[in-house]
Order: sequence, then C-alpha cells, then structure tokens
Amino acid sequence: MSEHRHVILSLIDRHHQQLLAEWLACQKRDARIADPQREKEIAGLAGRFLDQLRRGAIAQADDIQMAEWQPVREVLEDLSRDRAIQGFSPSETAIFVFSLKEPLFALLRREFAIDADRLARETWTASRLIDRLGLYTIESYARVREEVITRQQQELLELSTPVVELWDGILALPLIGTLDSARTQIVMESLLQRIVTSGAEIAIIDITGVPTVDTLVAQHLIKTISAARLMGADCILSGIRPQIAQTIVHLGLELNVVSKATMADALALALRRANKTIIDREPSAATRT
Amino acid sequence: MGEIPILRIGDCLLVSIQVDMHDRLALALQDDLTERIVADRARGVMIDISALEIVDSFIGRMLNNIAAMSRVLDAITVVVGMRPAVAITLVELGLGLTGVRTALNVDKGLALIRNIIDNPERDDANRIR
Amino acid sequence: MPTESDETMPLRTSDDVVRVRQAVRARAVSAGFSLVDQTKLVTAASEVGRNTVDYGGGGTLRIEVVSNGRRRGVRLTFTDQGPGIADLTLAMKDGYTSGSGLGLGLGGAKRLSNEFDIRSAPGQGTIVTLARWT
Repeated sequence: MSEHRHVILSLIDRHHQQLLAEWLACQKRDARIADPQREKEIAGLAGRFLDQLRRGAIAQADDIQMAEWQPVREVLEDLSRDRAIQGFSPSETAIFVFSLKEPLFALLRREFAIDADRLARETWTASRLIDRLGLYTIESYARVREEVITRQQQELLELSTPVVELWDGILALPLIGTLDSARTQIVMESLLQRIVTSGAEIAIIDITGVPTVDTLVAQHLIKTISAARLMGADCILSGIRPQIAQTIVHLGLELNVVSKATMADALALALRRANKTIIDREPSAATRT
Repeated sequence: MGEIPILRIGDCLLVSIQVDMHDRLALALQDDLTERIVADRARGVMIDISALEIVDSFIGRMLNNIAAMSRVLDAITVVVGMRPAVAITLVELGLGLTGVRTALNVDKGLALIRNIIDNPERDDANRIR
Repeated sequence: MPTESDETMPLRTSDDVVRVRQAVRARAVSAGFSLVDQTKLVTAASEVGRNTVDYGGGGTLRIEVVSNGRRRGVRLTFTDQGPGIADLTLAMKDGYTSGSGLGLGLGGAKRLSNEFDIRSAPGQGTIVTLARWT
C-alpha cells in the first residue's frame, strides 16, 4: 500500500495524530476560534480530511483533479458549502487548508533534518499541494455563493411580480422596477398562468413603478400584451406618468393598447367591458351597516 | 393520412386539433374548413388548439389563413385554448396572430362568437384586437 | 464541454419534422428544461427542420445534450446538401421567404435560441447550429 503512495502522504499517515493536534492548534490561533461548538466542528472536518488523505492510495501529489483525490475534494466541498451558507468570508474558509502548512512543514523538517536537499524538495511539493487544495476550497466556496445568489435573484424576481385578482375576471399586474428580458419571462409566465386558473379576460398592467420606458422596455410590454391576447385576455395599460408619455411619443413607440392614466381609470374601463357597474349606496343603507 | 374531424354546433364549426400536425395535414384542414363553412353556412369557426404543444410559423400561418378566408365567407374564427408556453414562444418567434380572435376555452369562444353575431354594431365586440 | 448524449436522425419528409419535434422534446426534458424552454427549443427545431426539408432537399439533424459545468443544454445541428443560401443576411430577415412560410423561420428560430449559427454558400448546402441552455 504505502509504496504506491506519495512520500508526503505516507508521512501524514504515520504521524496523523500529532499532525492533527498541531493543525487544530494552528487553526484555533489563526482563525481566532472562540466558540467551542465551531471548534468541535472544525476538529471533525480536519479529522475527516486527514483520514481521507491517509486512506486513499494517492500516488500523485500534484494533480488534485484526479479521481483518487475525489474523497478529499468532497471534504473541502462540504466545508465550503457550510461556510458559504453560514456567511463566512473566503479567507475564513480557506484558512482551514492553509493552516496545515505550518505543522506539515515542521513534520518534514523533523523527517528530513539531515538531508537539506530533500527537505527543500519535499517542502516545495507540500507547499504546492496545500496551495492547490486551498484554491480548490476558495473555488468551491465561490461556486456555492454563486448558486445562492442565483437562487435569491430568482426568488426576488418571483416575489416582485405579483398578479392580483381585482375583480372576478379582472387581473392586475403592478410592475415595479426595471423590466428586462429575464423579468419579462417571469411576468409573462405568471400572468398567463393566472389567466388560465382564473379565467380572466382582462388584465391591467400598471407601470407606475417602472422608472423608464425605452424601446426595449416597450418591446417587453408589447410581448406580454400579445401573449395575454393569444390566451384570450385583453390588456389595459395604466399608470403612465407624464414624462413616460413624453418618452413614448418621442421615441415613436407604438404600444397598440388601450391605456389609462391611473389604475382606477383602468379598473373603471375593465368593469364597463365586463358589463359591471359600481353604484353609490342609498344613504340609509350605508348607515344601517 | 389522418383527417381532423370538423364538428358542427348550431351555426358554428368546431375543430379540435389533437395530433402533432405535419404540414400536409395542416393544409388539408385549411381546405376542408373553407368547404365546410360554405356547405354548412357556418357563422363561426372555433379552432381548439389546447392539445397542441407547439405552434410554429407554419401552423401560425394556417390559423391566419383560416381566419382571413372565413372572414371573406362572413364567418368569425376564434382560436381557443392556447397553452401559456405556446403563447410565450409565439410572441418570441414574432408571431402575434393579430388577425385572429382568441379565447381561453371553448365556452368563452362560443360566447365571443355569439356576442359578435348578436351585436354586429358593437365596436369592442367586432374589432380584431 | 462534456456531451451526455448524441444522436443523429434523418430529415427528409414533413413526417420527419414531426419526429424531430418529438425527439427534441424528449432530449429537452432529459436535460431538465422548463416547459417554456422546451417549447421554445422544439419550435426552433420545427422551423429550421422544415427549412432543411423544404429548401435543403432533406438532410440530417444531430441532437446533443451538453453541459458546461454549471448549466445543461441541447445543441441541434441541421445539415443538408441542398442548393445553399446566397445571401444569409437576407435569409435571416423577418418576412423574407422563398417558399410558402411566413418568412419567420430562420430569424424566429434565432430569437428562440441562446446560440445560433448558420453556414452556407450556393451549391455547398447549409449547416445550422443552434443551442439552448437551462
């Protein structure tokens, strides 16, 4: 077994208990760990990490992308995932690996005390190995952070585009913020889905909260309106602020849709189209309730 | 080659497209429908595409053609039941089907046709959106 | 970029276009596409596939499921040995058609794809490659 193994890895195997103790001491000092819960957690991960290094028949110490490094990489991925989700910084995450340098170099010094040439060579190899493992940790940390950010963006998009039912058969879509193509997709999907489930024939798209309407935003609006129409629902555009009206005319944009200044006006039109009227109640009836 | 059945409901014709159509079938449907509009003196044509998983520009052109031809023959065409994913894709493709009336389902489609036939003078019922 | 699956199917008749739609749908589902993304890809395949049959005199479609590490995608390559296209810019323009379509075929397919590439010359046939990612 051990002859197939890289010399550094067999050293780690032989002295793993001492190495683990020194490593944990370094981590505690470098990362200033005060919380005993976290200390226990790190001890567990460090133990797992060394065990995987010892157990695997790893012949090469310079390419951690090889299949034989898979279990070791998994420990680092778990660490990065944990740290990224708990909000630790990249340095706080990578120090786990980099703090192994000091005890490992000390171990090499003891082992090759009489062979300076060999010591320099193995220290160099060990240093490169730790650097690679550290970089891998940072990369997986970044990957997890990216996943978290993408997921949050998606959630934010979905949260920011509610479709509300104003009346039986009348939907409202209050748009707030910029309308880019990713957002338009979500707006369209949620609007069309609501048209199916509610059977609504009229949708009011309110753009009071849209800061600017340029050619691109207008195109997105037109797409949404056309898609709703294909499903049998008519759109009314509302909440067009004076400067947006000016921009629309200035840019020569043809929205081809009924528009109203306010959501209230749009609702009144929608009710009229749906053959509904709102009337004031008799004063006597109002006081009775 | 399979044929797409054309059903008659009162003075309306109902076509429910249930198969993934190849192009010849789409052309055959176009011919059959125009003949039936004349033979049955139909006032309305309803095309139910709720089973269609995609509508590409060829099918889109067929729907446009049927609407235009029935207009010439004084019948109203309503396309009903388009799926949301199909509608989003058609819009992205650049096909708004602006010459075709639409409704969410067969019930609403029939109501729309009735409304247009009964109120030919009403502007919002008669316009092609 | 690792390829997870790779298949090639004939595209000679309008029935083949229907089969292509079904095969592309199945691959898009296996790559984890959302319903809207599936529909866009299948529609793009239908547009270009019809072009291959009607104007390219038939050819083949290669369907690959690929992955770039973070996202999975489906890449379609349509190849024909037909007369080719002299003016690609014109062929991509909306409303341009040499046949019976609405002239939205190629331009529309491009809008429905994340990547789109067309290579052609008179007498050299046409190769259209398009891809969509999850």
